[in-house]
Amino acid sequence: MNRVLHDFPGGLKLPTGKELSDRLPSLLHPLPERLYLPLHQHVGHPAMPCVRVGDKVRKGQLIAGAREYVSVPVHASTSGRILTIGDYPVPHPAEFKAPCIVIEADGLDEWHDIEPSPDYAATDPADLQRVIHHCGIVGLGGAGFPTHVKLGEGFENAVELLIINGVECEPYITCDDRLIQEKADYIIAGARMIAHAVQARQCVIAIEDDMPEARQALVTALDGDDIELVAVPTRYPAGGEKQLIRTLTGRDVPVGGLPIDIGIVIQNVATAAAVYRAVTRGEPLISRYVTITGAIENPRNLQVLLGTPVRDCVEKCGHRSFSESRIILGGPMMGMQVNHPYIPIVKTTNCVLIQQRESLPPELPCIKCGRCSEVCPAGLMPQRLYHAALRDDFGQAVDRHLFECIECGLCAYVCPSRIPLVRYFRYAKTQINNKERQLQTAQDLRERFLAKQQRDRQDARSSPSAPEAAQDDKRAYLKEAISRSRSRRERIRHQHDPDEKPGDD
Amino acid sequence: MTEAPAFSPPYLHAGANVPAIMREVALALVPGVIVYFFCFGWGVVLQCLLCMSYALAVEALLLRLLGKDVRLFLGDGSAAVTGLLFALCISPFTPWWTSLFGIAFALVCGKHLYGGLGRNPFNPAMVGYVFVLLSYPAETNRWPGPEIPNLAEYISIILRGEGSAIDAFSGASALNEMKSRLGDMQIVSEILTAPGFGHLAGRVTEWINLAFAAGGIYLILRGVIRWHIPAAVLAGMFISSAFLATLDSELHASPGFHLLAGGTMLGSFFIATDPVTSPETKNGCLLYGFLIGLLALLIRRYGAYPDGIAFAVLIANAAAPLLTRLTLPRLPGEVR
Ligand code: SF4
Ligand code: SF4
Repeated sequence: MNRVLHDFPGGLKLPTGKELSDRLPSLLHPLPERLYLPLHQHVGHPAMPCVRVGDKVRKGQLIAGAREYVSVPVHASTSGRILTIGDYPVPHPAEFKAPCIVIEADGLDEWHDIEPSPDYAATDPADLQRVIHHCGIVGLGGAGFPTHVKLGEGFENAVELLIINGVECEPYITCDDRLIQEKADYIIAGARMIAHAVQARQCVIAIEDDMPEARQALVTALDGDDIELVAVPTRYPAGGEKQLIRTLTGRDVPVGGLPIDIGIVIQNVATAAAVYRAVTRGEPLISRYVTITGAIENPRNLQVLLGTPVRDCVEKCGHRSFSESRIILGGPMMGMQVNHPYIPIVKTTNCVLIQQRESLPPELPCIKCGRCSEVCPAGLMPQRLYHAALRDDFGQAVDRHLFECIECGLCAYVCPSRIPLVRYFRYAKTQINNKERQLQTAQDLRERFLAKQQRDRQDARSSPSAPEAAQDDKRAYLKEAISRSRSRRERIRHQHDPDEKPGDD
Repeated sequence: MTEAPAFSPPYLHAGANVPAIMREVALALVPGVIVYFFCFGWGVVLQCLLCMSYALAVEALLLRLLGKDVRLFLGDGSAAVTGLLFALCISPFTPWWTSLFGIAFALVCGKHLYGGLGRNPFNPAMVGYVFVLLSYPAETNRWPGPEIPNLAEYISIILRGEGSAIDAFSGASALNEMKSRLGDMQIVSEILTAPGFGHLAGRVTEWINLAFAAGGIYLILRGVIRWHIPAAVLAGMFISSAFLATLDSELHASPGFHLLAGGTMLGSFFIATDPVTSPETKNGCLLYGFLIGLLALLIRRYGAYPDGIAFAVLIANAAAPLLTRLTLPRLPGEVR
């Protein structure tokens, strides 16, 4: 229990605002009339609908399947009729519409036939990963990366440490806190399942040291010493992947790399609970805890069916006047403002924050005061990134490690010139990614061709049976994906830096 | 940046803003100004008011000419602080047109020529001060004492400039005295017994310096400036003067003298710490401060001018980008 904790650079104690919503037990949100289920609620490829308009579906039934490996299926959150399949507003900062399946609830909330998996400890980790995939589970902390992919990567590599992340560092958000208090046993069981799925040698559940009730709940539920419980100091962004890894292990994820590069897999507590449900009951991911808070009458945590309009949730908490307020999905530091309240709650929505509308403070030039560098948890110098972005000098920005920025928002939070630094960084990242995409299509095709050739050759050598071939396919995909993401940044650096001699690594 | 503005995260702010920082700086100067006033009389206050008004007027004019948002940028307070710092560098006797030239030069050539707030490589107040120091050495470098003019006399001196009125009042600053007497082959211990000297440095300048240091420490405690630069300036000056003093304490004044003479404290806490013109890394700031301390001492001792802080700051300003580049921190998880 006495793990030595380490410090991460930067960071700041923020006013938490958690007291608004962390006292009251969560409420089950009533069944809405209609559910809007986007096909793309996760990182990766969107799911493909496998139902037609007019079909009757039951709760938990598959309505859109995952064709690609980096994609997850979508399930019906309640029983009813498929009303339409078409473009509706989805959580996106730019009033974006995207394909959704709309279900008209029949009010019966009838379950589809779901069945539990056999005793997980006896199953093959790969099977467990498949169950997790089929249940549509993604990282519920906010990023929405398909869980099975992370676990797949983990299984491929020796996993030293599995971290179950309950460090809810963003102000206002308390959904994980409430979930731990109410479902500690799910989380612990889920953590064991994930540990089995990646064959992790150690497992840590991390929470913040200002969550005493959650800690108590976990201590009470924890029966055994296979899981270590650690309370980390409350300091934003202690729950960021790299920051938490540093705090717990003193090790740094390599620049441009992933936690798995140093043998670590990290999953959110809510994801662990979802895995538990998926494995023990066969229940797909169809609901989640959401914190409804801010300038609202009754801030509260709700257990919401995915696809429920945000409007229903905030009205339930006593909010009416949408014209004077601003709706933010996620926390105040990293969330996104949305323009109208009909957007559905999706797998990654952890919080709906209502703020009074205020006018934007004027933006002054950077006075190089250095406050931003002082707080940056990634150890960057935001003012230098900003100056590069301002000049559209993307080579410089990449050189100054723009892609290490986790968009935690602390730099903009402290900037006395009120520069919306994160906006500049997102802009620069988007520009770079777009350019890269154009430049890369050709190169990608070539790479894919080579990879396929290689696989064909291997197949010819070992001529494996069909399921193994599928496994191989997956492995090849993973390796390719990992090496692609690693080499990507290097490549951009070269593209944008004429001074750099080619091959000068 | 071509993207349309959207309100982006974070949706919280710590509340810091540039005008508030400038107000804190001005507030921290108050103790120094008060002591200065007690030592040298109304001229100090007159210069402060005059230079700040000049700065605001010139800044407003420039902003209008450049088509910038006058209210926004005048409100940032940076011009007023430039005026105030300039006023505290020049002699209380400085005639009104000299300070006007200085301020105008500071804001035009020290600031807006480079693009305004945040873009200037050199400290504008020092650019203006060095400009008048070089162009009007006589006007800017006479100090009242032992007798202090009253308000009316000050007004007439400032309005009329040169004249017998100044000669009636002006003495030399401790730094001037030290410099010229050392030049006359006198020794330090002898010079220090002269009437203008106090415990360690000039009878009045040591108190002024202590008051500015107090204001500077306030700024550090309030988190407006960081300790690195002032500490390094003082360390640079202390170490180099101690080195010289150990070589021959009768030829070189003690570190105590240098730390409390001239513009040492004003320079190290308020001028060298200008964020725009200092390095962006902590280690860079340490090097930069040390450089200022060292250069200032060398200029005091061997240069043509009694005080060297202003020149030292400008030279170090020029080195600041390089110092930043040399001391860029390594990222966590970065292998080089
Ligand atoms: S906090 Fe703002 S003003 Fe200060 S250095 Fe960073 S970007 Fe510039
Ligand atoms: S948003 Fe990016 S640059 Fe700014 S503090 Fe966070 S990690 Fe650093």
